[in-house]
Amino acid sequence: MSAPTRDKGNTVVLHVAESTAEMPAAAEPYTPPKTVTAEGVRPYPGAPAAPREPSLPRRRIANPQSPWSTAYRRLKRNKMAVFGLMFLFAMFLFSFVGPFFSPYTEGRVNVALIHKPPSASHWLGTDDLGRDVLTRLMQAGRISLLVGIVSMVLSVLVGAILGVLAGYYRGLVDHLIMRAADVLMSIPEIPILIVIGAILSDLKISSEYRIYVVMLLIGFLAWPSLARLVRSQILSLRERPFMLAAEALGLRDRRKLRHLLLNAAPTLIVVATLGVARAILSESVLSFLGLGVVPPTPSWGNMLQAANTLIDFQLRPWLWIPPGVAIFLTVIAINLVGDGLRDALDPRTNR
Amino acid sequence: MPRTIVEFVNLHTYFDTADGVVKAVNGVSFRIREGETVALVGESGCGKSVTAMSLMGLLENTTGRIVDGEIRFDGKNTVNMSRAELRRIRGKDVSMIFQEPMSSLNPVLTIGEQMAEPMIEHLHMSRKEAHAKAVELIRMVGIPRAEAIARSYPHELSGGMLQRIMIAIALCCKPKLLIADEPTTALDVTVQAQILDLLRELKRQLEMAILLITHDLGVVAEMADSVIVMYCGKVIEQAPVLSLFQHPRHPYTQGLLKARPSIGRRTERLYSIPGQVPSPIGLGNSCYFSDRCDRCMDVCLAQQPPLRAVDDRHSVACWLYEEGIRDVRSAARG
Amino acid sequence: MSEALLEVKQLKTYFPVGNGIFKRSNGVVKAVDGVDLTIRRGETFGLVGESGSGKSTIGRTILRLTEKTDGEVIFDGTDLYALSRRQLRSLRPRMQMVFQDPYGSLNPRIRIGDAIGEVLLDHGLASKAEVREKVLDVLRLCGLAPYHIDRFPHEFSGGQRQRIGIARAIVLNPDFLVADEPVSALDVSIQAQIINLFRDLQEQKGLTYLFISHDLSVVEHLCTTIGVLYLGSLVEVAGRDDLFARPQHPYTKALLSAVPIPDPTVKRERIVLSGDIPSPADPPPGCKFHTRCPYVTDVCREQRPVLRDLGGGHQVACHLV
Repeated sequence: MSAPTRDKGNTVVLHVAESTAEMPAAAEPYTPPKTVTAEGVRPYPGAPAAPREPSLPRRRIANPQSPWSTAYRRLKRNKMAVFGLMFLFAMFLFSFVGPFFSPYTEGRVNVALIHKPPSASHWLGTDDLGRDVLTRLMQAGRISLLVGIVSMVLSVLVGAILGVLAGYYRGLVDHLIMRAADVLMSIPEIPILIVIGAILSDLKISSEYRIYVVMLLIGFLAWPSLARLVRSQILSLRERPFMLAAEALGLRDRRKLRHLLLNAAPTLIVVATLGVARAILSESVLSFLGLGVVPPTPSWGNMLQAANTLIDFQLRPWLWIPPGVAIFLTVIAINLVGDGLRDALDPRTNR
Repeated sequence: MPRTIVEFVNLHTYFDTADGVVKAVNGVSFRIREGETVALVGESGCGKSVTAMSLMGLLENTTGRIVDGEIRFDGKNTVNMSRAELRRIRGKDVSMIFQEPMSSLNPVLTIGEQMAEPMIEHLHMSRKEAHAKAVELIRMVGIPRAEAIARSYPHELSGGMLQRIMIAIALCCKPKLLIADEPTTALDVTVQAQILDLLRELKRQLEMAILLITHDLGVVAEMADSVIVMYCGKVIEQAPVLSLFQHPRHPYTQGLLKARPSIGRRTERLYSIPGQVPSPIGLGNSCYFSDRCDRCMDVCLAQQPPLRAVDDRHSVACWLYEEGIRDVRSAARG
Repeated sequence: MSEALLEVKQLKTYFPVGNGIFKRSNGVVKAVDGVDLTIRRGETFGLVGESGSGKSTIGRTILRLTEKTDGEVIFDGTDLYALSRRQLRSLRPRMQMVFQDPYGSLNPRIRIGDAIGEVLLDHGLASKAEVREKVLDVLRLCGLAPYHIDRFPHEFSGGQRQRIGIARAIVLNPDFLVADEPVSALDVSIQAQIINLFRDLQEQKGLTYLFISHDLSVVEHLCTTIGVLYLGSLVEVAGRDDLFARPQHPYTKALLSAVPIPDPTVKRERIVLSGDIPSPADPPPGCKFHTRCPYVTDVCREQRPVLRDLGGGHQVACHLV
C-alpha cells in the first residue's frame, strides 16, 4: 500500500500503489478455469474429491436426510407417539380383523341371552337383544373409525384445495372462499348436525346410507377451519425467499404450488390426524343422540346410549363402559400420535 | 501491569444435541486485564459467543453445560456460583450487549423503564433517581432529546440508536467489564463507525475493560489491544494487536487476513481458505485446521498442537512453531 | 464500447404505508426515488448503499419481481413493463437473480438437483432425460460435487448453499444477473470463495452483473462501475478507480472512511456522520443527505440536487461540487 494521502475533504485516501485507470496487473498470470470437461472444472479449493466410481449418479439416490426420513426417525424416538401408533394399530386389528374370530357376527337376536353379564362365552356380556357386546364393539369400531377417517379425508381435501386457492390467488377468490368459511364457522356444529340428523330421520333414509351421509356431513362442516389454516400457511410461505426465487426463475404456477404444498404438508398432516379424533367424537355424539348411525348398525356412539337409561347405567356397566373406553383411548392415542407428528415434522427444533 | 479482572482457565463448554456432543468451547484459557480491550475473533461456530455466555452464566436455557475449567472473575470462580450470586454480578460488574438491539429490548416497555430496572435492582435507587440517571445516560451515549427518547418504545428508534441505548443500559452500573457480542454486525457501516467511536470514548471515561467478540478483522484492528483467535472451540493464536496483524503466525490467521477484501488492496483473485469449517461433532485428535491447511504435516494429523508462546505475549497453537518437529509430509497426501 | 444491456430511467418504487380499515394510505415509502442507470454488456455494476437506501428494491423492480410505480426498465431493447405475464415469463431465463439469504432461498423440502432441474424443465430447455446431466454440469461449474445432486439444502453449509443458488440462476444461461448481497451472510473465508466464483463465471459465460452490496470492499474487488445510493437516489456514479481515488459526494467520502481497515497502524481521520439514516417514509426535504452532511448549506436544505456529469463517466448529485 502506498502512503496515505489527504484530499480536500480531509479524508485520508488509501490506495493501491500503481494503477490509475486500468485494472492492476495480476500478481501471477491468471489462468481462466478450464471449460467443462469430463474431468470437471477446477473445483473450488478443498472440494471433496470426485467419487472413484466411473459413473456419476445417474439415478436418484434415496436420501436418508430427506425431511420425511428425518421426521420418521424422530417420530420413532418419541415413546408416547409410538405407543399411540401401536394402540391404534391394535384397535384397527381389533375392529377389522377381530370379528372374523367371533362366532356371534350375525348379531342374531337371542331372547334367552338378554342382558347377561360378562362370562366365559361372552367376554363383555350381552346387550338388550342378546347380542354379544364384544363383537358389537368390534363392529362398531369399524364404523366409527371408518367414519372418522373418511370425514377427515373429505374435509382435508375440500379444505386444503380451497385454502390453497384462497391463499395463492388472493383477490376475489380469496374473499369468496373466506366468507363462505366464515358463515359455516359461525354456525354451531352440534346443533346443525342435530337438525340435519333429525331431518334425515324424517326422510327415513335407510340405516346403511345414513353412515355415508354422516361422513359427508361431518367432513363438510370441518373444512372451514382447515381451509383457514392452509390459507394462512400459504400466505406466510409465499413471502419466503425461495418463493421469490421461484418467481424470478419463471417457474410455472403448478410448480410454485408444489413448492408451497410441500412446505404446508407437515402442518396439514398434523391437523388431519387430530381431525380424525374430532370426527370420531362428532360421530359419537350424533349417534348417541340417535341422529347419526342408528341401530341395528353398531357404532360406539349408539352403544353408549345404554348409559342414558338409568337401569342400564347402574346395573349393566358392561353395556356402556366398553364403548366409552374405546372412544376415550382411541382419541387419546390419536392425539398422542398427532403431537408426536408435530414435534417430528417441525423443522425448527434441533436443526 | 494492570490487574486481571477475568481469567478463563481451561474452559470446556459442551452442548448435548441429538447428533452427539458439540464441544463448543474446548480448552480455552486467556485473561482480560483492567482497562484492556480484548477481541475474541473467529468465524461462526468457533465458540466465541459461547465463551462469553459461559462467563455470564447464560447457558441455563440451552443444552450447554460447563464440564471443566474455571472462570475467575475478580478472584471468584463463576462456574460454581449460585444463580443468586451470578445475578448480582450480571449487569453490575459484568454487562453484555448483543448483536441485535431490536430483539434485546422488550417491545412493550419504554426505554426509560428498561434502563431504570438494573439501576433500581443493583444500585438500590428509587424510581425517580433511576429515571433521572437514565436520561443522563442517554445523553452520555450521544442521543439528543434524551427526555423524549426515554419515553419512547424500542420500535420507534433506529438500529443505531437502539444499540446506543443497549450500551447505556450496560454501562449504567459502571461495570468493570463490558462484553460486546458482535455489537456492530447488524448495523450499517456509517453507524458502525459511530458506535465504535462511542465505545472507545466510554471506555476511556469509565476505565473499563471490553471483551469484543467479532468476526470482522477491521473492527479488531480499530478497537482491540490484544486479540484471541478461535477455531473450532480452541484458541489457536493470541497476541497483542500489532503483533497479530504484522506477524500472524497461524495459517488460519494468515488466511483470514489475506481473504478479507479490503479497500485499497486489490488482487486479481481473492485468496480464499480452501474447504470449510469441520463439523463440531466427533472431532478427533488431529489439529482441527489440518484439512484446510496448505502446510499440513504428518504430525498435524496425529496430534493437536499445544498453545505455546513464540514471542513476548504472542502465543500460537501450531506444529510449525514447535521445536524439533520435522517437516514430514507423506507422499500420498502431497 | 459495448451496447447497453439494461437501461433504467427515472425508476420509482413507492410503497404505501399504514393500513386504515379501508386501506387508506397514511404515507408513502419512497424506496426507489428516481434512479437512472445504464449497464453495458459485460460490465459489473456495483450498487452500494446502507439500510433504507432501496438497493434491494431496485434489484427486484428491475427484474419486475416488485412492480414499479413510475419510470422505465429497458432490458436489451425491451420494455419489461410492457410485457404480459406470459411474455415476461419467457424472458426470465435471460435475467436472473441470486439472493442474499442462503438459508431461505432454497426450498428445504426439495432436493437441490430437483430444484435446479425443474427450472430447465419448466422453460423447456431440457427433456427429462437430459436434465440430470445438465444439472450435474452446472453443479460442477459452481464447485459442487456430483453426489450433492440428491441432497437437501440443510445438508450444506452457507457457502455451499449460495453456490447452489448461483447454479440455479445460471443453469438457464442468462445474460444478466442481479446479485442481491450474495456474500453478506457468509463468513469471511467463504466470502472470498464466492466472490472468486462470480469472477470465474463472468469470464466463462460472459455475464453482466448488477452487484448489490453494502460492503465497499467487496464491491471494489468485483465491480467496474459503482453507484452509491442514499435513501432511494443515486448520489454518485463513477468507474471503480475513479470513485475510490476521487470520491466527490460527502456521503461517499464518509462511507469510505467508515469502513474499518484491518491494519492497526493506520490511524486516519474519519468523517463521522451525525445522526442516523432518516426513515425512507419521511425523507428530509431538499438534498436528502443534508441532515447528516458536514458541509450542509442553505441551498442543500431547500433544493434537491440532480446527478451531473463531471466528465469521464463520473456523476455526482451535490450542490457543492
